[in-house]
Amino acid sequence: MNSLDPRVLRLPKVGEPGVIQPKVPLDQFGSFEVFVQPKEGKPFQHEGIVHSPNIELAYVLAKETFTRRFTCTSLCVVETRNVFVSILTDGNKNVYDFIAAVPPSGEKEGYEVYHLQKRGKQHVHAGSVEAGSPEEAMSRAKLAFNTKGIYNVWTIQHSDIRFTKPEDLDLWTTLPEKRFRDAADYKGGDKLKDFLEKQKTLS
Amino acid sequence: MYGGGNTFEGVKTDSVAKEDPAKLAEFEARIERGEKIEPADWMPELYRKQLIRMIEQHGHSEIIGALPEGTWITRAPGFKRKMALMAKVQDEVGHAQLLYSAAETLGKSREQMIDDLITGKSKYSNIFNYPTFTWADCCFISWLVDAGAIVNQLANAKGSYGPYCRALERICAEESFHLKYGHHCVIYLAAGTAKQRQMFQEALNRWWPPMMHFFGPSDKISIHTEVLMRWKVKMGTNDEMRNQFLDMYVPKIRELGFTIPDPNLKKNTETNKWEYTEPDWEEFKRVINGDGPCNKERLEVRRIAEERGTWVREALKSPTTAYVTPLA
Repeated sequence: MNSLDPRVLRLPKVGEPGVIQPKVPLDQFGSFEVFVQPKEGKPFQHEGIVHSPNIELAYVLAKETFTRRFTCTSLCVVETRNVFVSILTDGNKNVYDFIAAVPPSGEKEGYEVYHLQKRGKQHVHAGSVEAGSPEEAMSRAKLAFNTKGIYNVWTIQHSDIRFTKPEDLDLWTTLPEKRFRDAADYKGGDKLKDFLEKQKTLS
Repeated sequence: MYGGGNTFEGVKTDSVAKEDPAKLAEFEARIERGEKIEPADWMPELYRKQLIRMIEQHGHSEIIGALPEGTWITRAPGFKRKMALMAKVQDEVGHAQLLYSAAETLGKSREQMIDDLITGKSKYSNIFNYPTFTWADCCFISWLVDAGAIVNQLANAKGSYGPYCRALERICAEESFHLKYGHHCVIYLAAGTAKQRQMFQEALNRWWPPMMHFFGPSDKISIHTEVLMRWKVKMGTNDEMRNQFLDMYVPKIRELGFTIPDPNLKKNTETNKWEYTEPDWEEFKRVINGDGPCNKERLEVRRIAEERGTWVREALKSPTTAYVTPLA
C-alpha cells in the first residue's frame, strides 16, 4: 500500500483487499443497556448501549463510551434481554392505562423501574418495587409511580444489574484534571487579538 | 465529525404507496405534532431504510475520519497538541459507537454495517478520501471539517428519530471541544512564522474543493426528497447547509488573513446567499465511487484491523450473552 502514514506502511499483509473472512458464531458480542447518574441525588438515566462478551467488560466499555468526557457519580449496566419492556404509547395516552394488574406470585425480588416521560428523551429511573415477576413489577409500578404522560416503562430485576461498587469510584477521579478535553482550555482570543493588532500596524 | 451531504439520490418512493394508509397517517401525524419516533413504533419501510443508511454512513465517517487525523498524533507539535489530538480522535471513534447503536435500533446489526463498510457497499464522507500531507491539513480538519459537521449535526438533532437525536445531542456536546481546539491550532499557525502561515494557506487550497463537496451535491442537481423532508429525516437542503457554513466560517478564515481559493466567492447582499464557483461534481462522484486518492487505503486499514482483531473476539466470545437489537 502506498501511504503517507508510516503506521499504515508498517501494517502486516493479511488477507485480500475487500474480502471479508467468514465470521465464527458468537463473533458478535451481547447487547447491554447503559444507565448513568450524572449527579448525586439525580436519578439514573438511560444513555445507550455497548456490546460486550460479559457484564464486567460491558461496565468498563460503558465507562469509556459514556462517561469519558463528562463526570458522573455512578454508572450501571444490564443485559438488554433482561429488560422487561411495556408497550409504547403516544399523544396523550398514558402507558399505565394499558398495564393490567398482576396478582402477587413467587418470591419477592427488587426491581428498578424506568419511565419514558417524553418521546425523544432518555428513560429515567422512577423508583424501585418488590415483585415476584417483571410483569408484577410493572403492575406495582403502576400503583407506586403512575403519573400522567408516561409513554413507556422498563422494569429490570435488581440482581441483573451491574452497579458501581465503592472500589470503582476512582474511575472518575482524574477526569477533572484532563483539561485538554475541555473547550474552555482553548482560549485563542488574546493570541488572535495580538495578531490582528500587529496586522493593522503593519498595514 | 460527520459525513454530511448524504446523497439521497435514487430514493425510490414507490414503496410508500404500498404502506397501510391508516398507519402511515398516524405516523405522519405523530411527526407533525413534533413527537419523536421511537424504535418500537410502526414506521414506513422507506423511513427505516433511509435512516439506517444515513446513520450508518455517519458512523462510518467517524471511524474513517479518525484516520487522516490519527496519523498526526505522533507528529503533532508538542505534548499538549498530542494529548488533545489523541482525545479528539478517541471522541470520533466513540461517536461511531453511539451512531452504530442508533442504527442498530432500526434492525441492522453492527456486524453487517462493519462488513458493508469494508466491502465498499456502504459509503462514508467523501472528504476523508483525501490525504493529510502536513500538520496544517490536520488542523484544517479539526477546525473546518468539524465545523461543517456541527452545522449538519445540529440540524439533524432536530430530526424525528429519537435514538439518532439522542446520539447527536451527546456528540454535539463533545464536539464543542474539537471546534475550539481546531480554531486554536489555526490561530497559532496564522500568528506564527511565514512558513507556518504558508503551510496553512496550502492546506486551505487543497481542502477547499472537498470542503465544498462536503455538504453534498447542489440542490439544482440533487433529486428532490420532499418525503424525507416531511418525515424529518433530512432537515435542510445541501445548499442551505453549505450556505450556513460559509456564513459562519468565511469571515473567520479571512480574519486570519488567509485567502480562500475561489475568486468568485462572495455574499450576495440581496439574496443573503453565498455565490461561488460551482464545485466539480464529477470529481465528487468519481471519488465517492472509489476513485479518490485514499479510498483504497482507508478501507484496507479497516479490513486489516477487523482481521487482526479476530483472535481477540475469538478469545472473548461467550455463550452467556446474546446479541439482540438495542432498546433505545
